[in-house]
Amino acid sequence: MNAIEINNLVKIYKTGTRAVKGVNLTVAKGDFFALLGANGAGKTTIISILIGLVNKTSGSVKIFNYDIDRQFDQAKRIMGVVPQEFNFHMFEKVQDIVATQAGFYGIDRVTALTNSEEVLKKVGLWEKRSSIARTLSGGLKRRLMIARALVHKPEILILDEPTAGVDVQLRFGMWDYLRELNAGGVTILLTTHYLEEVQQMCRHAAILKEGEIVRLDSVKNLNKLIQQETYVITVRNMQPLDGIQSYAPVVIDEHTLEVNLNRDEQLNDLLIKLIQNGFAVTDVHPKEHRLERLFLSLL
Amino acid sequence: MNSQWIAFQTLVRKEVARILRIWTQTLLPPLVTQTLYFIIFGKFIGSQVGPIHGISYMSFLVPGLVMMAVINSAYSNVVSSFFGAKFQRNIEEMLVAPMHEWVIVAGYICTGIMRGIVVGILVFLVSCFFTHPAIDHIGIVIMFIILTAAVFSLAGLINGIFAKNFDEVAMFQNFILVPLIYLGGIFYSILKLPVFWQNVSKLNPLLYMVNGFRFGFFGFCDVSVIFSAGLLIFLTLVLWQVNIWLLKNGIGIKN
Repeated sequence: MNAIEINNLVKIYKTGTRAVKGVNLTVAKGDFFALLGANGAGKTTIISILIGLVNKTSGSVKIFNYDIDRQFDQAKRIMGVVPQEFNFHMFEKVQDIVATQAGFYGIDRVTALTNSEEVLKKVGLWEKRSSIARTLSGGLKRRLMIARALVHKPEILILDEPTAGVDVQLRFGMWDYLRELNAGGVTILLTTHYLEEVQQMCRHAAILKEGEIVRLDSVKNLNKLIQQETYVITVRNMQPLDGIQSYAPVVIDEHTLEVNLNRDEQLNDLLIKLIQNGFAVTDVHPKEHRLERLFLSLL
Repeated sequence: MNSQWIAFQTLVRKEVARILRIWTQTLLPPLVTQTLYFIIFGKFIGSQVGPIHGISYMSFLVPGLVMMAVINSAYSNVVSSFFGAKFQRNIEEMLVAPMHEWVIVAGYICTGIMRGIVVGILVFLVSCFFTHPAIDHIGIVIMFIILTAAVFSLAGLINGIFAKNFDEVAMFQNFILVPLIYLGGIFYSILKLPVFWQNVSKLNPLLYMVNGFRFGFFGFCDVSVIFSAGLLIFLTLVLWQVNIWLLKNGIGIKN
């Protein structure tokens, strides 16, 4: 069964802006799916239609076979939503916010309190349960958003740029938590600007441009589309470049080289060549993420 | 238990907690304002005014001032809470959940009525320091206070749905509600006005609310009680339907 089925989805705002132009998209149950695109590509509009914050102009959307035109209640019941911006009541207590959300999903008060305790412990916010939301740091507010989205135990979690403005440590922690949720069977759909995030976590991705999907594939296949990759090579001592001129290396400083490798060239061959020419290699890493390059080439 | 009923209870709990959390903004100000009205209009000016329909001016003022507090409280409770939820975007908590439109409307209206009634009771208790108000028909009093609070809660919700900024929240209250309240027969009997102004006054729906409520206290008023009750029921039903339609179509809250 598919978790999400979108057919010929169109959204035209009252201003005349065609934000989504006939998008077709399927997300399998249990998938970890990314929607990528520049600002204004239509990612947030698509997500907003899925969760009921924006009315579509035409097309159909099914969530676990529930048509949102006829069975939106059932569809909403199995979706958890983490919006881009903090949208909880800033003067309410942390646990009240989470338990209230459970109540809005029709979960009785006793279960709502139990569930909220469970998710707040999971995201490391239980100690702050009586704090006023406004007093939390940005990272903790982000965790609160995730806890609130999970309190009714959804089968699909939809996240709109969940790690925007989050520090590296917290981002990694959130990645681990999202992976754990996905491993537990929760289908995850996210939008993000961090392509590294997609490479690290997602199995499939769609790249949106001006309201249309320009590429939809597995992240693995998307990576393969890259024809050339630039590697940054750190060496202990710079040596003459004569023996590696065929790679057209660029010297950045006395310890750093940049080399472009085509898809048919092996990194191993380059390293052997470097060692044969007296370079002591201490580090090699890609200059940019593969998806980043693909993303830029498509947009 | 029905999930919509649980969602309704949750919304009411959240709204009641808000009213209590900011009680210095929600419960205290009407007490202070109405006390000043009792002192200035009732004591100082009222002492120069003769009885109306055989009732002292201070006693005559009581139902009007109670109703004035109920109207303001019910209206401002819903408009400020709903617009606040829109402004902070926590209204999305309800929109993404499987809550029916009638649950959202009923939740806000219920808390608007509750705040209106609590404030009304407090103002009535304050009036006991100035006069000895008697209630002839408690049923009529309860019916009018609930229906009036419901009408103004529903009107406040419409204002909250359409408002795009704080100016638009205040505009209706300042330029429409306040004049209607002051011209609604709170401080005078319209029978003391020339016929032309009596007829103009009858176009003001607040006149019927205040007078119907006053009938509950004294057993008489300037207009028909049955017509007043009918008008309130009619307004409640129409405004309820308007709110449901607005929310169903996402007007002012979606897109």
